Amino acid sequence: MTRRLVTLALILGLGLALVAPVSAQETPGVTKTEIKIGNTNPYSGPASAYGTIGKAIAAYLKKVNDEGGINGRKVDFISYDDGYSPPKTVEMVRRLVEQDEVAFVFQTLGTPTNSAIHKYLNGKKVPHLFVATGATKWGNPKSFPWTMGWQPTYQTEGKIYAAYVLKNVKNAKIGILYQNDDYGKDYVKGFEDGLGAAGRKLVVSRQSYEVTDPTVDSQIVNLKNSGANVFFNVTIPKFAVQAIKKAHDIGWKPLHLLNNVSASVDVVLKPAGIEASKDLITALYLKDPTDPQWKNDQGMKDWLAFMQKYYPEGNTKDAFNVYAYTVGQGLVHVLKQCGNDLSRANVMKQAASIKDLSLPLLLPGIKVNTSPTDFYPIEQEQLAKFDGERWVLFGEIYDARR
Amino acid sequence: MDRQITRQGPVPGADAATRDGAPLDPTGSARAAAGIATTRARGDASRLAALLVLVAVACALPLVLSNFRLFQFTQVFIYAIALLGLNILTGYNGQISLGHGAFYAVGAYTTAIMIDQWNVDYGWTIPVAGLVCFVAGFLFGIPALRLEGLYLALATFALALAVPQILKYFEHWTGGSQGIVLSKPDAPWSLPLSADQWLYFLTLAVLLLLFGLGWNLLRGRTGRAIVAIRDHPIAAEAMGINKALYKSLTFGVSAAYVGVAGALSALVIAFVAPDAFNVFLSITFLVGIVIGGLASVSGALWGALFIQFVPNWAQDISKAAPWAIYGVFLILFMYVMPRGIAGSLRLGWARLARARRGTRSER
Repeated sequence: MTRRLVTLALILGLGLALVAPVSAQETPGVTKTEIKIGNTNPYSGPASAYGTIGKAIAAYLKKVNDEGGINGRKVDFISYDDGYSPPKTVEMVRRLVEQDEVAFVFQTLGTPTNSAIHKYLNGKKVPHLFVATGATKWGNPKSFPWTMGWQPTYQTEGKIYAAYVLKNVKNAKIGILYQNDDYGKDYVKGFEDGLGAAGRKLVVSRQSYEVTDPTVDSQIVNLKNSGANVFFNVTIPKFAVQAIKKAHDIGWKPLHLLNNVSASVDVVLKPAGIEASKDLITALYLKDPTDPQWKNDQGMKDWLAFMQKYYPEGNTKDAFNVYAYTVGQGLVHVLKQCGNDLSRANVMKQAASIKDLSLPLLLPGIKVNTSPTDFYPIEQEQLAKFDGERWVLFGEIYDARR
Repeated sequence: MDRQITRQGPVPGADAATRDGAPLDPTGSARAAAGIATTRARGDASRLAALLVLVAVACALPLVLSNFRLFQFTQVFIYAIALLGLNILTGYNGQISLGHGAFYAVGAYTTAIMIDQWNVDYGWTIPVAGLVCFVAGFLFGIPALRLEGLYLALATFALALAVPQILKYFEHWTGGSQGIVLSKPDAPWSLPLSADQWLYFLTLAVLLLLFGLGWNLLRGRTGRAIVAIRDHPIAAEAMGINKALYKSLTFGVSAAYVGVAGALSALVIAFVAPDAFNVFLSITFLVGIVIGGLASVSGALWGALFIQFVPNWAQDISKAAPWAIYGVFLILFMYVMPRGIAGSLRLGWARLARARRGTRSER
């Protein structure tokens, strides 16, 4: 019996040995005809609404491959489900890097999930490119030279609102409502940094809520009673609806700045009431697929054609699909710039030297810029006012770099 | 490994006394007893051999496996520790918990906070995490005494729901939803091991220690008391077992095991965040012990292999509906092996042994 067990163990051991990885090439994941790129997305779990981003990126890269690939290479995009659970992200990213041997990791989604692989990827010197999160810590080339963000950070957006208030509102008294977590605090920090030491005195009331609270009604009443005439509203959609409604109901009419997180017309403004939502201001950087002003826009037409052909099950009203298409184009730009040198160092070098890149679904005038010391690709946004039907862009393009 | 169970089995009322008790026929009794003794001795020897072979294989794995595979097996060991903890409570003691992810989180955060805030050497944080969870589990076990079956399941479920949010509340220590980033410990005493290999051996050592302790606990007086409370609480009390104390202690021990597993996971993942400890984790543990085999020490290992690898296979089979595939696997396993993997193996083994004995006696 013992001998049989030993045989069994040997077979088991041999079997496992066979799964062990093959030897590495010069740059992992790169051959003459192919480049392997890894990704994780929450296709299941609490954040699965974001999963469409991974699917749309895969669809976009399929289109790129159908059109001949990049510099003669096809992109092999390997995307795994991490269910928004950091330990699973670690496992999946290690699988991508150590087993699938991808050239680099791209657009991994989520703040806690990316935090879990931040050190690992930098330790392995694997590019951790264009992460899909609005947190601010991704643009830190000194400590983490292999990680780069993509979208405007919450702090960037906060700074933009501050610049607008300082320039346009006399005798501003500012009231802030924010979600008591990193997301809310990031926005408030950017806003207060933008106001500066003197401007910070303009803030007369700061109210916070927990994501588990049933309502924010009392906070809105407090803000009104503080005498604020500017309202910086840092809330997720559910609470944004409540805040907009309540402010309207109690007759409080401040200059109302609504964070981009809740800028959806269908999800927030319509449920809150068109009358109550009128004259809200937000900051945008992507073209809104539901906005009729882009109906004849070439970029939007191309996107719609792409959606129909490569991702027909995707929602053409979902801004996440616009986001995915745009970041996919950013990736293709970097790979084109790399030419034939797809070493990891060169991928980071090219990603860190994007100059004034316009992409068709970014708002006109907004450009992607990076440098060896600037790992925040998109730092411009434009303000828009809700006219009762749609967001109307106005004013200049704000650049948080300046 | 599972001698206790082979004798007692998860069948209510079937305790050691009736099975091992002397048969009515007085002449046959001595022969039967001798037969049992030799079978048991042979069984013990083969079990020991099996165990040694398994440990040898486990120690040899780092020679053949990549660091990534080792990392996966390290996770299997961590899950196995947690599953044994939950199995002591649910399988042996009959208290259902849908909230052991909470103790896993407490263990993980104990380690993370001690390292991050107080610079404690990671080695010390593992027993401390176990101790903290033992106390937490014991205290939770006291009010849980009043709850049975589904009511207890709901109360523990509430625990699983609450803990991730409570973690966000104590942001100063826990880092809020951003979590705490740790460094992977390197091998000490300048051993020629990579960080992954070292963590693998460390986890393996903790696993062997805890499985040894657990096996020892469950086969003795305490184990019999724990099982007796599950099978017939009134009879157990009549026999002089302090039901309240034993149930709370079982809860504490169970939580301590899960806490140690959580501590190890914090070290292996090198990151903790509330999102890692959602309700799904607790359910996963329950799936693990049922698939592995209730009231079985080795079942914890089988269950751990299942919850680690089957979701990945499901994803490889179908990208579109991995959880549907996972569900099919679950149903298949439950249909083919209603007593879990360990239970079915035991059954198969017993049949094989009986068949062999049969052929021998014919000759």
